[in-house]
Amino acid sequence: MNKIVKKRMLSPVIAEIELSAPYIARSQKPGQFVIVRVDDRGERIPLTIAHADAEKGTITLIVQSIGKTTTRFNLMEAGESVADLVGPLGKPSHIQYFGRVVTIGGGVGTAIAWPTTRAFKEAGNEVISIIGARTKELLILEQEMREISDRVIVTTDDGSYANKGFVTDSLKGLIENDTIPNLVLAIGPVPMMRAISELTRTYAIPTVVSLNPIMLDGTGMCGVCRVSVGGKTMFACVDGPEFDAHQVDFNGLTQRLRSYQKEEKLSLELLKSWER
Amino acid sequence: MATLDKKERLKIQRHAMPEQDPMVRIANFEEVNFGFTPNLAIEEAQRCLLCPKPLCVAGCPVNIDIPSFINLIAEGKFTEAAKKIKETNSLPAICGRVCPQEEQCEGVCVIGKKGTPVAIGHLERFVADWERTHGEISVPGKRPATGKKVAVVGSGPAGLTVASELVQMGHAVTVFEALHVPGGVLAYGIPEFRLPKDILGSEVDYLKRLGVDIVTDFVVGKTSTLDELLESGYDAAFVGSGAGLPVFLNIPGENLNGVYSANEYLTRTNLMKSYLFPEYDTPIAKARGVVVFGGGNTAMDAVRTAKRFGTEHAYLIYRRSWEEMPARLEERHHAKAEGIEFVFLTAPTRFIGDESGWVKAVECIKMELGDPDASGRRRPVPIKGSEYMIDAELAVIAVGNGSNPLIPLTTPAIQTNKWGNIIVKDKSTSTTKSGVFAGGDIVRGGATVILAMGDGKRAAREIDVYLKSK
Ligand SMILES: Cc1cc2nc3c(=O)[nH]c(=O)nc-3n(C[C@H](O)[C@H](O)[C@H](O)COP(=O)(O)OP(=O)(O)OC[C@H]3O[C@@H](n4cnc5c(N)ncnc54)[C@H](O)[C@@H]3O)c2cc1C
Ligand code: SF4
Ligand code: FES
Repeated sequence: MNKIVKKRMLSPVIAEIELSAPYIARSQKPGQFVIVRVDDRGERIPLTIAHADAEKGTITLIVQSIGKTTTRFNLMEAGESVADLVGPLGKPSHIQYFGRVVTIGGGVGTAIAWPTTRAFKEAGNEVISIIGARTKELLILEQEMREISDRVIVTTDDGSYANKGFVTDSLKGLIENDTIPNLVLAIGPVPMMRAISELTRTYAIPTVVSLNPIMLDGTGMCGVCRVSVGGKTMFACVDGPEFDAHQVDFNGLTQRLRSYQKEEKLSLELLKSWER
Repeated sequence: MATLDKKERLKIQRHAMPEQDPMVRIANFEEVNFGFTPNLAIEEAQRCLLCPKPLCVAGCPVNIDIPSFINLIAEGKFTEAAKKIKETNSLPAICGRVCPQEEQCEGVCVIGKKGTPVAIGHLERFVADWERTHGEISVPGKRPATGKKVAVVGSGPAGLTVASELVQMGHAVTVFEALHVPGGVLAYGIPEFRLPKDILGSEVDYLKRLGVDIVTDFVVGKTSTLDELLESGYDAAFVGSGAGLPVFLNIPGENLNGVYSANEYLTRTNLMKSYLFPEYDTPIAKARGVVVFGGGNTAMDAVRTAKRFGTEHAYLIYRRSWEEMPARLEERHHAKAEGIEFVFLTAPTRFIGDESGWVKAVECIKMELGDPDASGRRRPVPIKGSEYMIDAELAVIAVGNGSNPLIPLTTPAIQTNKWGNIIVKDKSTSTTKSGVFAGGDIVRGGATVILAMGDGKRAAREIDVYLKSK
């Protein structure tokens, strides 16, 4: 268990890592996550399960090198094991027939949207996917999303590939062309989720976001992952990670995500100086 | 050595526990108490009157044969003394350190009526440490394998105790623990300076040598449900999932950065070793002023942890006063010596943040004691208009814990009361689901290590009977 069975780079900073985790593979559902501790001195970080294979007993995580832990993780190779892997945690995505669903993935958010998008499709929905990234190099899973969507719209902020612009522009385009979704699922950086949420609020389109606050235990024991939703404090690890976008206090989320900025920077610098 | 008569025994003064100097220990995370030397232990043991009807035994939740083990110490037979305790308590090195002795054995010791009671806790700790550091810890003989399997949820004192008892009865036991380290509160809550983690580690190793299988990183209810485990071949289960849910104050500003639940603050420090950051990856915030709310062991552990992080002003804010504090007496004295600033009859009303969203102060209100409440203690009531500010860039909320809802939520046949505690039948440990037993904080709400262990012991007997009847 916990062994990396396969790894490939999807971009210079994004790795797809398949790990042996038979129990998790069997019980996980779309939208759930695991907590990973890379090594004995490591921190516990949440990562959404991008894909699972119950028969093989493996789960796949898609990880972008951002801080120390993700950077360390992405340096690991097949055959190595992580110290700890626990899950599946959080509530599964709420899947049913809505009619037309638009799923939006920004950056590695696409990896999180991927299994839920498939489940929406399997539940008979018309699925339109909008996937975006800052630049071509960071765009992931285009082919995979095409296989499970009725239509895929691709954007890059810098126009290095497909449509130049933001995912919000594409969603707005759809709505203005009378392609009104019955549900929007938006997963990506907080500013992106906030922008989508503001847009759909004006059209009163039900919208779900998957939040990524700092976590520790991932089982509801510490409260560090608390977010304000509809004025009520929720623990993202047990009450989420998916919430009604129109109720989420994105400012509070952004603020809490900055809690350890200094320390995170120091850790990453130390890792880099050690690599050199 | 000639045995002393009663008068001679009564003349000996209680021996103080040798400890790190307060000014030294607030700069490290090492254990405060050094422990008795053999000589100190023997002299202290000689104070015991070896009462024929010992009150201390009745005061001990698991009825350790206290005079017998103390007499063995007086005779210099330390290993035998340890064995004597282990007949009734499998974790003496831990209980000797964390039990509220002043409310239990020592609270009723006859000598304590006029003078100071025998230092039973320090003696218990002494023999357990002696056994661990001197030669072999013997692994007791087990009864022949019964072929029955028991699943234990949670590796706190309740789970560890039930596992140890059941395995010695010949049953196969698997303990499932959600976190990456076994021990429950002993691992993530109680700090190194009070309970060194290598002591917990050796107790866990001992269980493994007995044959207990401990599976970490396994959340029952998520990784597999309890029902799935029972279907997969376990004949019975014990739930010792604890009271691990943080309670917040529900006051404005609580989601500011720098406001922690005690669980988070202590887990970062103890489980994740953030006091060794950046050598260990998990960070923790430090501040010049820290406020901790609460009056129990958790609050005490948090505020003393803050002091050790170099906090200039570490305030313990409690709505009642010194006498009503539920924390162990020894910890209160230690905290005082370490320069913790106690602020009594005071409660927080809101947190004030700076422009970046960090807490910078807390507004508090003064309280006075009103009429007695259900617990018989006088209820603190706020004094109108007495609000004032305390500067603090870090706050820790330690006003209690709720019970962990995961097992009842995912195991419909297990019923809970209105506080979420698992209901047990007729003072037994059996739940409303046949073959599933429960004990410790998940049944009692936040209680103590020794009560959790006592439940584990009773549950083991009841599970044994259940398995034989099947
Ligand atoms: C900071 C602090 C200090 C304390 N100090 C003292 C003291 O000095 N003296 C004293 O007597 N008492 C003290 N207490 C209280 C004492 O620690 C508890 O009463 C005792 O630990 C309860 O034991 P337990 O076995 O019921 O549960 P816990 O120790 O809470 O252990 C429960 C375990 O179950 C695990 N778990 C929960 N749900 C699941 C699941 N679904 N699947 C798998 N695992 C799960 C948890 O991760 C945890 O490890 C203190 C408590 C705290 C928080
Ligand atoms: S009550 Fe006190 S004096 Fe009597 S046996 Fe117990 S410890 Fe000894
Ligand atoms: S991560 Fe600890 S409660 Fe959610």
